[in-house]
Amino acid sequence: MAYSKKVVDKFENTLNNPEAFKVGRFDPKDSNVGTGMVGAPACGDVMKLQIKCEPKGNTHVIKDVKFKTYGCGSAIASSSELVEMLIGKTLEEAKAIKNIEIVEALELPPIKIHCSVLAEDSIKQAIEDYETKQ
Amino acid sequence: MSTQSTIYLDYASTTPVDPRVATKMMEFLTPEGEFGNPASRSHRFGWKADEAVEEARSHVANLVNCDPREIVWTSGATEADNLAIKGVARFYKSKGNHIITSKIEHKAVLDPCRQLEREGFEVTYLDPDEKGVVSPSAIKSAIKDSTVLVSIMHINNELGTLNDIAKIGEITREHGAFFHVDAAQSTGKVKIDLEKMPIDLMSFSAHKTYGPKGIGALYVRRKPRVRLEALIHGGGHERGMRSGTLATHQIVGMGEAFRIANKEMKKDHEKIYKYHEKFLEKVKEIDHVYINGDLKNKVPNILNVSFNFVEGESLIMGLKDIAVSSGSACTSASLEPSYVLRALGRKDELAHSSIRFSFGRFTNDDDVEDTLDILGNVVHRLRELSPLWEMHLDGIDLDTVKWNAH
Repeated sequence: MAYSKKVVDKFENTLNNPEAFKVGRFDPKDSNVGTGMVGAPACGDVMKLQIKCEPKGNTHVIKDVKFKTYGCGSAIASSSELVEMLIGKTLEEAKAIKNIEIVEALELPPIKIHCSVLAEDSIKQAIEDYETKQ
Repeated sequence: MSTQSTIYLDYASTTPVDPRVATKMMEFLTPEGEFGNPASRSHRFGWKADEAVEEARSHVANLVNCDPREIVWTSGATEADNLAIKGVARFYKSKGNHIITSKIEHKAVLDPCRQLEREGFEVTYLDPDEKGVVSPSAIKSAIKDSTVLVSIMHINNELGTLNDIAKIGEITREHGAFFHVDAAQSTGKVKIDLEKMPIDLMSFSAHKTYGPKGIGALYVRRKPRVRLEALIHGGGHERGMRSGTLATHQIVGMGEAFRIANKEMKKDHEKIYKYHEKFLEKVKEIDHVYINGDLKNKVPNILNVSFNFVEGESLIMGLKDIAVSSGSACTSASLEPSYVLRALGRKDELAHSSIRFSFGRFTNDDDVEDTLDILGNVVHRLRELSPLWEMHLDGIDLDTVKWNAH
């Protein structure tokens, strides 16, 4: 399997230390929580991402993130990588994150690029959910 | 057996060469050894090599109870499958153009069938039942006057499930179609008696039975005679069915491996059966585990398990100190779930979460115990990471969820 050391490390660290790597959940009904879930079990990956935000100036800032991912090692590593990028970002900054950043950070092989696309879509959906609540 | 602290439980993919086999092979390589070309008729180097090849042929024939003259050496089971399927279909094409096989055959059978479709043959791909068995009655209903060949595997490589090849052979014989069996997973695991079974062609591999890679054989029945069109021409070796200088050391290795398999089949089986039972008992203690295949009708060296709510590739990655396989090794680089499990009607998510554990001659107590410990732990951790597990615990029926599929 053509996994980079970065994917393997990220996957293993997340698996062995889930709390430190933000595995978990927030109450999706909270008004300051946005939830995004993309993928399908039949396709082999489902990513659930939750952001907890608070207003700052005329925008909102991501204070905390939780996620859970069902999928291959790259999908789990991609989610974990994305989560690290998000904390402290404004929603505008978070929206601007592109899957290629995850591809580069984890050195994903071409066959696993869809994992990073899934991650990008999950944050878009989470932000959308958060914004509709405001 | 473990090396560099990795436990090997992937014997159905390949086995290590038995050290006794390797020792024997070494006698046929170096200047001090019998390195001659078995086809050299004019000197003792050739005669000695030829003697060794013929002795090996007898060992292979003895294991499956056939005449040594019915064994043709090939580069492996893939070539044997190709030779049997394309060879028979092309030779007898004036007799009929219909072939029957099943959806859960190895790619070494399915791909030659696809090739024959491109050449104008008609191929029927039968569905197995939900346990992975191809029923003789399904063959009976699919067979027709134009059927020249039926190719069905003996033991499925992913599930370990057994097909009733003796019964299928009776049907094909009755209808005048040739019957090919891929027995790559069978040698040394179950008894095969080709004198009694109405089978016309059978493929063998050395490297699944503690022999070397790169060598296999095809059984081609003499009475009633089966003829084939060769795939490889050049010298007329193996009675014209497979040209090319015989790889003496490989052949000797296969012969020795099959001789040992014949002698030690019972011993191997008893040990492996014990591990299978223990493994099964412990793995069933994990919630939402599904055994794929037919527990009442399978070999104990293969155990295929789906762990619901956990994806197979991540499970394999989590089990980094254990060498196992998800689906067939040929497909583990792709994103497709196992075509074998899909053909059984397993839901895609269960097909995605299947792991094949396969035990062998060098498996020991520690391998099994350590694997069970690690497995329970990793499945638990991955489920903690899984949104599907969370939804399941929340009482959500995943089949009713509308997914944002990609």
